Amino acid sequence: MDSTVASTGTEGKTWGGGNRPLGASYGKLMMWFFIVSDALTFSGFLAAYGFSRFKFIKEWPIADEVFTHVPFLHGQELPMIYVAFMTFILIMSSVTMVLAVDAGHHMNKAKVTLYLFLTIIGGAIFVGSQAWEWATFINGDYGAVQTKGGNILQFGEYVTVDGKEKFKRISIEDFAITEATVRTEHERKNGLWYVTEEALPPYTVSEIYNGLEANENILVRTQIINDEGEKTILSREESLKQIKDNGQLVVKGANLRVNEYGTSLFADFFFFITGFHGFHVFSGVVINIIIWFNVILGTYERRGSYEMVEKVGLYWHFVDLVWVFVFTFFYLV
Amino acid sequence: MAHEHKLEIFRGLWKFKSNTQKIWGVLVFLTVVTAVEVLLGIYKPEFLMYTWLSPFEGGFFATLGNILLSPFIYMKPLNLIFIVLTLVKAYYITWDFMHMRDEKGSLRKMVVWTGVFLICYLIFILLQEGGYVFEVYNSEDALIKRDF
Repeated sequence: MDSTVASTGTEGKTWGGGNRPLGASYGKLMMWFFIVSDALTFSGFLAAYGFSRFKFIKEWPIADEVFTHVPFLHGQELPMIYVAFMTFILIMSSVTMVLAVDAGHHMNKAKVTLYLFLTIIGGAIFVGSQAWEWATFINGDYGAVQTKGGNILQFGEYVTVDGKEKFKRISIEDFAITEATVRTEHERKNGLWYVTEEALPPYTVSEIYNGLEANENILVRTQIINDEGEKTILSREESLKQIKDNGQLVVKGANLRVNEYGTSLFADFFFFITGFHGFHVFSGVVINIIIWFNVILGTYERRGSYEMVEKVGLYWHFVDLVWVFVFTFFYLV
Repeated sequence: MAHEHKLEIFRGLWKFKSNTQKIWGVLVFLTVVTAVEVLLGIYKPEFLMYTWLSPFEGGFFATLGNILLSPFIYMKPLNLIFIVLTLVKAYYITWDFMHMRDEKGSLRKMVVWTGVFLICYLIFILLQEGGYVFEVYNSEDALIKRDF
């Protein structure tokens, strides 16, 4: 009878089968495999971001000037405060997750339920914050004019704050001189049927030009970063000349095609990377909710192990880990 | 899986009585690091905004030196600090929140070495290429017209 089973001489050895050479269960090991491959996906995105940024290193938008808003605090320039808050929320929800895992090791159902619930709340706050961040980014700030070459021209004036001369941005709404035009948006129902046109920009370039001409103090700022690490500001004559000769489209806010903050690749990567991360957080929240219900129903109590919480926890921490990198490379560096 | 935890961080400088306490300790540390990053990001100290070394010139060893010391030669010290602090945070999230510290050495190496090697390779390739494209666009004999 024994002759049908080949004896390989590996019985009882580490990799001979029947034991766990890596000391982790199948499920945890597979979660680690997934995390490694997902980490490579994210690093692919971030490295592509780095590629594009190095390519346009002299004209990349400065993140401090783009993400300056905080909910309920209108009109104040508070760069990074809100993102820092989001980062803290995510780290905090990571902490409640480890606490849930730890309570699971002690088979403490009540504590697992509580901590997992707090984790879900933290995740929800984070996703909500990201939605707000997106909305603010899409709606835009000051508006700008895009040139024929696809470059962005922004507006502002020199003001003296605390004895120091500073360049302060001015919104296009504050100086554009509106004029009656006959150009209306093309709709599906008239003209060429079933064909629509994208929403028209709020102003035409000539309205911006007239406003610029009427206000002596306003200057144009280009995308180019000078030696001091600031965007180049054009002289008055040059400002008028550039808008007149090269201005093509008035841009307010950002989407995948145009971007008032600078090169449109910046907006593309912003949507793609934070969107992909936000989707991870969202799926994490959904998975956490499912596991949370299982905890309440006593599934893991009966199974005798809360390892499922641990596996979901690994995923959740990974999402936090990715955010730490996104935070650095998108908002800080 | 046994639930034994190693209850010390910073190579034993900071010891904890229980796993829960260690978690809070790591949270405090990560929060401090994030706060430092944000403060540096808002105030941008002047002396961190310019590179402290300029590229070496002339010869093979100058080029080699530029490559080896590239983080100090081509990167603002502030950005270098940000990246180092990020890696520190990533280490503590993986080691203490994801319990890498308590896993077997073989599992740890399997995950970390694979990831670190492939990511470093990818970053090197893409950033090198990005810098090259920048040169093609902006060098003096660039064929691409940069209209405004």
